[in-house]
Amino acid sequence: MNAKPPAAVRAVDLVKAYGKVVAVDHIGFEVAAGSVTGLLGGNGAGKTTTIAMIMGLILPSAGRIEVLGHDIVAERHKVLHRMNFESPYIDMPHRLTVRQNLRVFGMLYGVADIDGRIADLAAELDLESLLERETGRLSAGQKTRVSLAKALVNAPELLLLDEPTASLDPDTADWIRTRLETYRAERGATILLASHNMPEVERLCDDVIMMKGGRIVDRGSPSGLVARYGRDTLEDVFLDVARGRALEPEKAPAS
Amino acid sequence: MKFEPLADPATAAASLRRIAAMVLRYWYLLRSSWPRLVELVYWPAVQMITWGFLQVSFVGHEGALARAGATFIGAVLLWDILFRGQIGFSVSFLEEMWARNMGNLMMSPLKPGEFIAALMVMSIVRLAIGFVPVTLLAICFFGFNLWGLGLALAAFFANLIFTSWSIGLVVSGLVLRNGLGAENLAWSLTFLLLLLSCVYYPVTTLPEWLQSVALLLPPTYVFEGLRAILLDGVFRGDLMLKAAGLNVVLFAAGLVAFFRLFAGARRAGTLLQLGE
Repeated sequence: MNAKPPAAVRAVDLVKAYGKVVAVDHIGFEVAAGSVTGLLGGNGAGKTTTIAMIMGLILPSAGRIEVLGHDIVAERHKVLHRMNFESPYIDMPHRLTVRQNLRVFGMLYGVADIDGRIADLAAELDLESLLERETGRLSAGQKTRVSLAKALVNAPELLLLDEPTASLDPDTADWIRTRLETYRAERGATILLASHNMPEVERLCDDVIMMKGGRIVDRGSPSGLVARYGRDTLEDVFLDVARGRALEPEKAPAS
Repeated sequence: MKFEPLADPATAAASLRRIAAMVLRYWYLLRSSWPRLVELVYWPAVQMITWGFLQVSFVGHEGALARAGATFIGAVLLWDILFRGQIGFSVSFLEEMWARNMGNLMMSPLKPGEFIAALMVMSIVRLAIGFVPVTLLAICFFGFNLWGLGLALAAFFANLIFTSWSIGLVVSGLVLRNGLGAENLAWSLTFLLLLLSCVYYPVTTLPEWLQSVALLLPPTYVFEGLRAILLDGVFRGDLMLKAAGLNVVLFAAGLVAFFRLFAGARRAGTLLQLGE
């Protein structure tokens, strides 16, 4: 009999309210270790707030989050070195070269052989020619590769990504997705991905959590959701959820 | 891709390494930008030379004004320790805001206390880059040797730098909690001490009710101590002890304020949204 692996992330009855505005409203979910899980939802659905709470950057108003077996509020510093994060909305210091930035973050994350790690990442992410260039002078695609290198510098067991291919051209975005697939396969890492890009979610994710108005409104594999809604693509399912087209009762997920 | 082991984040060595990482990050930044380096020396030099000529203009005069004027160069140099110490702390912090890098740092294993330690180190590094050349200029231009104060200078420095860090902690906490809208406090808050700490005039110059406020501030005792040395040739250890005692309270209050504002920023969700 196969034992179920422990969850990499476990959220229990999670709430985040800013005054009277409820950004995340009593949600609960588990992210299986080694899976790629997508957080899907329109603007203001609560995806970024949820990810920020998983990182411990935002304190929940109520509920509990365990990350890699630790309570993220009380034991954040026991687990932060085993996870990492990438978002196009957070920059790295512009005046520092790519190598300097990776060295600083390598030291922060306690990487033993920083030079070796930078060399590996540069080879893997095609950064060799960029290492001595100032980070602020790179193109959007190059910056994303550098941010991904920073996010992988500690070879995290849990990788959190907030729209990792936003504003990238299709070729660069495809390249990034391939690297993420390679990393997951080699490392056995868990990836939690917030995205608006449905083809990206269909390609990368085993599991999708759909959010709307701070609540989880559906969950399943991309193909399972498409079948359940009787649609052709995940984008059609997204539109159904975003526009409030409810499932027939017998097809709705058990709460 | 090979995967290297990570250091245990809980050890003192790992903690020192994270502090070193942040100091290295700021050092890379300073090294890469000559305007930043020039700025560290430019304004302290202009200020010292201006006050120096004012002091020279008082030579030959008599009375209380002439006595006060005789301390201008020393006062402006010590004021710079206080002001530049705080600016060095706060600007290093603000560099993370301007670079939109705070989210990366706050979700790394860097602890807030380690971040503060790195900012304190950088405050001294930035101060040294600006302060040492200006003290040498004071010797060249006006024959005023601050280093000749010896151990008294060490006591003055220690007290002033702790006050500057206390202010830097509060300013940084306010910016974390309220965003860059609070940035102007970094430039202006310390100037209140220019008035209240009696940098260029004796405490007795203030109205009586304001004197009691001034005497709650550690730098007041430092500048009184400077005047005691320069005018009367006496080192007032009692004043330094009072300043040190007040600094313990002030620094502890600064730490409490920073950690409370940091917790408030986590509750309000402002660590990821650090604009205006």
